[in-house]
Amino acid sequence: MHRLVAVVFALCCAMSTAAEVTLNTNYLHVEIPLPPTLSNLDPIPDNIGLAGVLTGLKDNQTTGRFLDQKYELTETYVPGGEDPLVAAKALLATSPYLILNAPAEVQMAIADLPEAQGALIFNTSSGNISLRDGECRNNLFHTLPSDAMRTDALAQVFVKKRWTDLVMITGTHPQDVAYAQAMRQSLTKFGLDLAGEKEWAFDADMRRNASQEVPLFTQDFGDYDAMILADELHDFGRYVLYNTWEARPVTGSEGLSAVTWSPVIEQWGAAQLQSRFEKAHERPMTSQDYAAWAAMRTLGEVVTRTNTVDPTTLRDYILSDAFELAGFKGRPLTYRTWNGQLRQPIAIVHPRALVAQAPLDGFLHQVNELDSLGLDQPESTCEAFQ
Amino acid sequence: MIRTTLAALLLTTTAHAGEIWVTNEKDDTVSVISTETLEVIKTYETGERPRGITFSKDFSLLYICASDSNAVQVMDPNSGEILHDLPSGEDPEQFVLHPDDRHLYIANEDDAITTVVDTETRKVVAQIDVGIEPEGMAVSPDGKIAITTSETTNMAHWIDTETQELFANTLVDSRPRHAEFLRDGSEMWVSSEIGGTLTIFDTATQAEKAKISFEVQGVHPDRVQPVGFEFTDGDTHAFVALGPSNHVAVVNAETYEVEDYILVGRRVWHMDFNEDRSLLFTTNGVSGDVTVIDVAKREAIKSIKVGRFPWGAAFRPTN
Repeated sequence: MHRLVAVVFALCCAMSTAAEVTLNTNYLHVEIPLPPTLSNLDPIPDNIGLAGVLTGLKDNQTTGRFLDQKYELTETYVPGGEDPLVAAKALLATSPYLILNAPAEVQMAIADLPEAQGALIFNTSSGNISLRDGECRNNLFHTLPSDAMRTDALAQVFVKKRWTDLVMITGTHPQDVAYAQAMRQSLTKFGLDLAGEKEWAFDADMRRNASQEVPLFTQDFGDYDAMILADELHDFGRYVLYNTWEARPVTGSEGLSAVTWSPVIEQWGAAQLQSRFEKAHERPMTSQDYAAWAAMRTLGEVVTRTNTVDPTTLRDYILSDAFELAGFKGRPLTYRTWNGQLRQPIAIVHPRALVAQAPLDGFLHQVNELDSLGLDQPESTCEAFQ
Repeated sequence: MIRTTLAALLLTTTAHAGEIWVTNEKDDTVSVISTETLEVIKTYETGERPRGITFSKDFSLLYICASDSNAVQVMDPNSGEILHDLPSGEDPEQFVLHPDDRHLYIANEDDAITTVVDTETRKVVAQIDVGIEPEGMAVSPDGKIAITTSETTNMAHWIDTETQELFANTLVDSRPRHAEFLRDGSEMWVSSEIGGTLTIFDTATQAEKAKISFEVQGVHPDRVQPVGFEFTDGDTHAFVALGPSNHVAVVNAETYEVEDYILVGRRVWHMDFNEDRSLLFTTNGVSGDVTVIDVAKREAIKSIKVGRFPWGAAFRPTN
């Protein structure tokens, strides 16, 4: 036995020195200036996204230790006002692997750079639907769900709960408008519609007078089953809950929400990822952290399985049937071959617990139930992946 | 149905008396089920989040992984009294007792470490760096090899128990959860929850010998997730818990073919047999019960309500 062990050991090390593989990844954070919100209760962490990448990196490095594969990361921050393309060009010159935390239009511009051709770029910050549709790029993958995946998830909940009489309040920021548009499309997709819609146009300080203003503002909706809020910057929504004229559930950006990730997810081994993340970064893991973690782990998973850092081989493997990522969501995560979107279950949560996980039981699909969320192959006009 | 159950019961009564001990992960208790009456006869309190559970070779001591108490607890199974804690490293999830009846190999899920504890001196003998989220633990019948599987690194780590060092690391499909050796030691099996497969290794060469997939009618393949498994008498078959598909598969251990699927409770996790291996007891986490399977008939014959989120199961004879 002892001799056998020694022989195996010698063999493995002789093999591995020859085959050592190192994956260099760049992480680029382009500052997105955000308008002020009414409440300062939940500041956005400075290292949002980066913390997820670092946790994924550590996971990869641990695995790599046993396979003589190394993982290195360089992080770059571009403040508002500086040209992100200059930074992106420099990074792409060092490695074809780039994880982005940037606005949708910056991501498109980076993916279109001559230096980015043949690169593998991950969008971890934008739910913009057009990036998965007509504006898709064949070098741009998406680990954050599209807005449509999240609004489809909620629409399934409405159908299941028979909340068919729905009203919506929409904020004025572009993200709110985009979310509201995604929600309207989802409602149509699942045979629902809106009985009423209003725009949130207050500029008062709701912390003081929400209890007076919100009942009046919501009174003329009449009766309904549930109220949807399109408030993606979390500006006014938190003051609507429990202040509506009718006592009805609030859903959408606040209340019952569809999210990529949340600290309340503990099933499917998620408790381990949560505690690993919290221990390292001293805060809970957000959706954007999860998307960034998933991008880094995607790269780790393909390098583990293929033992190469050739971008064409890795891209092919990611889009093949062989790829699967264990993402603590109860089923394997894979990529849609028509637009590079990471297929994943969507959590339906309130701040204290997981309520459901979409796709909900009964929403069937001819190929994969997960494709009942977001742009399915016949719906997407993305051609870059063909 | 009732008649066959009774017959099976009578048979068990006369031949073998025993108990199945089940850890209830979210109740901080163990439930004790009589293998004769198929009823819960006792419930004892444990540390926080009990998961892995195993008896000493003479069944005089019960070891429990109290994950959130960061300890392995040693219980007197005759009184339910916790005798003492063993140092276990952080977050012990699952463990295996070496054939020497003395050393516990413990997976420390949060720390990517396998801890080896001497149960007599109550000291940590070794800590071995393994992959992220170690869980599945096995030891070869001759005691020379211990296995740790790591859920996020997707590997089986082979430990030489003499040097307490890794001598091989073999990749498996996503989220390996459980490992077992055949009784003759020739093969080592690993289940992959997210990959949906069982991988079979040749112990001598650590080479992959076969891979088994599952297909449950009416359940999407993504939700067919193999977790715990055990071999029948003579190692002819393996009974494999398939997690959220709520089925147990019966695998022929010679042809590697899946012969049957048995419907059990929700999110079936681990299992153990009664003494003559005629009955199998599976823990069903989500439904909070234990399903009793008649092994010969391959039928579920009873559900027994236990605590919240039953996790591990271990048998001890009482006659």
